Amino acid sequence: MKTLPAVDAIIVGGGWTGLLMAKELGSRSGLSVVVLERGKHREPADYPGTMDELDYAVRLHMMQDLSLETVTVRHDSTQRALPMRQYGSFLPGSGVGGAGEHWNGITPRFLPDCFELLSRTVEKYGAKRLPADHSIQDWGVTYDEMEPYYTRAERMLGISGKAGNIRGQKIEGGNVFEGWRSAEYPTPPTKIPYFSSLFSDAAKRLGYHPYPSPAANLSEAYTNPDGISRPPCFYCGFCERFGCMVGAKAQPTNTLLPLIEKRKNISVRSGATVRRVIYAGNGKRARGVTYVDNKGEEVFQPAELVFLASWTLNNTRLLLLSGIGEPYNPQSGKGTVGRNLTHQVLIGAATVFFEKPLNRFMGSGAAGVCVSDFDGDVFDHSELPFLRGGHFLAMSMGYRPIANFGILPPSVKAGWGSDWKKAALEYYDRTGFIGFSGEHLAYKSNYMDLDPTYKDRWGDPLLRFTINWGDNERKIAEFVTPKAVELARAMGAKEVSSSPGLKNYDANRYQSTHLQGGTIMGNSPDRSVVNPYGQHWQVPNLFVLGASTIPQNASAHPTLTILALTYRTADTIVSRYLKSPSPLA
Amino acid sequence: MRRREFLILSATSVGGMLVYSLDRKPFRLFAQTDKSLRIPLRFFTQPEALIVAAAASRIFPNDETGPGAQEAGVAVYIDRQLAGPWGRDRYRYTQEPFEENTPAEFGYQGKATPRQVYREGLKDLQGFDQLSPGQQDNKLRQIENTLFFSLLRRNTIEGMFCDPVHGGNIDMVGWQLIGYPGPRMSNYGDVDKHFGEAFRPKPVSLREASEDSNFRPSEDEE
Repeated sequence: MKTLPAVDAIIVGGGWTGLLMAKELGSRSGLSVVVLERGKHREPADYPGTMDELDYAVRLHMMQDLSLETVTVRHDSTQRALPMRQYGSFLPGSGVGGAGEHWNGITPRFLPDCFELLSRTVEKYGAKRLPADHSIQDWGVTYDEMEPYYTRAERMLGISGKAGNIRGQKIEGGNVFEGWRSAEYPTPPTKIPYFSSLFSDAAKRLGYHPYPSPAANLSEAYTNPDGISRPPCFYCGFCERFGCMVGAKAQPTNTLLPLIEKRKNISVRSGATVRRVIYAGNGKRARGVTYVDNKGEEVFQPAELVFLASWTLNNTRLLLLSGIGEPYNPQSGKGTVGRNLTHQVLIGAATVFFEKPLNRFMGSGAAGVCVSDFDGDVFDHSELPFLRGGHFLAMSMGYRPIANFGILPPSVKAGWGSDWKKAALEYYDRTGFIGFSGEHLAYKSNYMDLDPTYKDRWGDPLLRFTINWGDNERKIAEFVTPKAVELARAMGAKEVSSSPGLKNYDANRYQSTHLQGGTIMGNSPDRSVVNPYGQHWQVPNLFVLGASTIPQNASAHPTLTILALTYRTADTIVSRYLKSPSPLA
Repeated sequence: MRRREFLILSATSVGGMLVYSLDRKPFRLFAQTDKSLRIPLRFFTQPEALIVAAAASRIFPNDETGPGAQEAGVAVYIDRQLAGPWGRDRYRYTQEPFEENTPAEFGYQGKATPRQVYREGLKDLQGFDQLSPGQQDNKLRQIENTLFFSLLRRNTIEGMFCDPVHGGNIDMVGWQLIGYPGPRMSNYGDVDKHFGEAFRPKPVSLREASEDSNFRPSEDEE
């Protein structure tokens, strides 16, 4: 194996967190930084002329190549897991920019109590109300500590939105249930298309507090504090599963990569598949990583600092494959690597069929209206059979014909032929969805480990998911579905079909690409892999970034939060760690 | 090497429409001629292509609501998809062991590629294109619950509404049926207007919308 010259820092993964860390560390410390990305090089110039639903949204051109590697899935530890042979419940990105290239851009903050979920819940409702097999915990960082980093992340992305709480003052029209923020959003809300505005009006009539979804898809031209300028969104409707044609949607390649490319001390190597983190004999120090380069040669890249920034799945798998830390054992409860796997409850709570056409082709990934009246603990759960909740989203993301042709009200029975065609033509542009994004609590029985049967293309074991919903998630879905139907009726629906509810975890139905856990943060090395700065408890020169460090799902989409956490880690490394490389907590 | 096989589309059925030939140069066919269009097949034999074309036309018929799978060139689309990487499971995880009778929530676990599923499924439909429409519908009802039928139905929808560069949706007939304008670069001035009224800009294809597009359809990948 070839050994390359040592560098100061190696970052595994070239998505949002990896490139943000590279840019922060490289520009503030002068360290030599190398980002290793296993997918291909990407840049903004790749995207014009790629608005093709079939190749990008159906054949999923920007996702990881499952023929090389996938995960296996089962519902409980008595079952034999099956490989996810084609994409289903989530869509991991690949290539420089990662999933940050083809995301929708919905960018809420987490509610303040999400960071102290265990202690706040026990304080208010008592430990008896927690599900018997829960494994929720506090993060070891509070919302108040996170607030400045959230603000920085919002300014970097130029988030378009309307504040609902500035320093404790509630503001009508924003999300009045959100945590306090130090300032208004950097840019005003995006335009609100027809379907979303119908939802907003109906929600107001029912006494709820609708607000425009915060969006990384700019409402107006914006220059961020790094000097990066981006144009306003054209509402072409090609965000989710696509790179932005004009750069209005913040992506790592249009927001961070231009800064990185200007610096001689940062480089991004694409086509580099990291297989192991190498650590010194006593297990206290990472020495670098081995990877297979774009010519198929295995190389060792030594480094003083190692960052894992390759998303929930690969961060966890690399620690398991490298033998760093103790794998989680669900029977004994011992070990930490792989624990607290959570997804997100995402259901089409109500599908709404109208008399009038909606012109649904116009929109953007984050253009829409949300209602948070049943989120987190903003409503009282004393008399309810569940904890927590989530928020409704009525988005106008752009409506793709292959994906959506043939979604029909229950009154239509035909599935093909003339009757079906007639109904499908009539309803095609008269259909909208009230989505619901709810919390998935962490349970002792939901975790990741290595699969005993299935291998990747290098012969390494695949990552195995053991995951299912708990009764708490099922009851949340039952509680909110009639409320979504009521909203749909208030919107003037001709017909409504409602969510069938949650049964077993469905690995074949796309939900969201928001998986958390596996290398979670916390206050104790017995219950977490990294400390609240993302630093490995046993290996202080190893840091883990991204959603793998989130102890349990919050209802909100996590991208803004993982960027805020990355800023916090970068600040702490520059201000404390580099001066004295040692445990930070 | 396989014998060259062709799907013959009658010019009157796609009269006056923009067709993407194999080399993706668009050309216009004119109605009221007896000229027929010979489209080279990449995967199907000619009898297979005729069966697929007939079956897709029962799934998405040409009727009083407008043109269907025949006019959109759905069989051409499916032929190209099967010949390309999707048809041979290029991007699917295909390592053994394959388990049978698995719950639907783990997705398709079978070993057969789309090409194999079609080839097997078509064996049961021999002579299908010679049947009357009523007989064809009866035959399709018998196979409604098969993997083959669900693929055929899904691919028919794809062929109706994909960008014409993929061989289906000829002259954007599918998009015109549903009022979808295709990859329209900007809706900035319209997205918060036209509330409650149909706003139906003239459709444009990817090639028309973006002349500098270096987009290459996935089915042309080696």
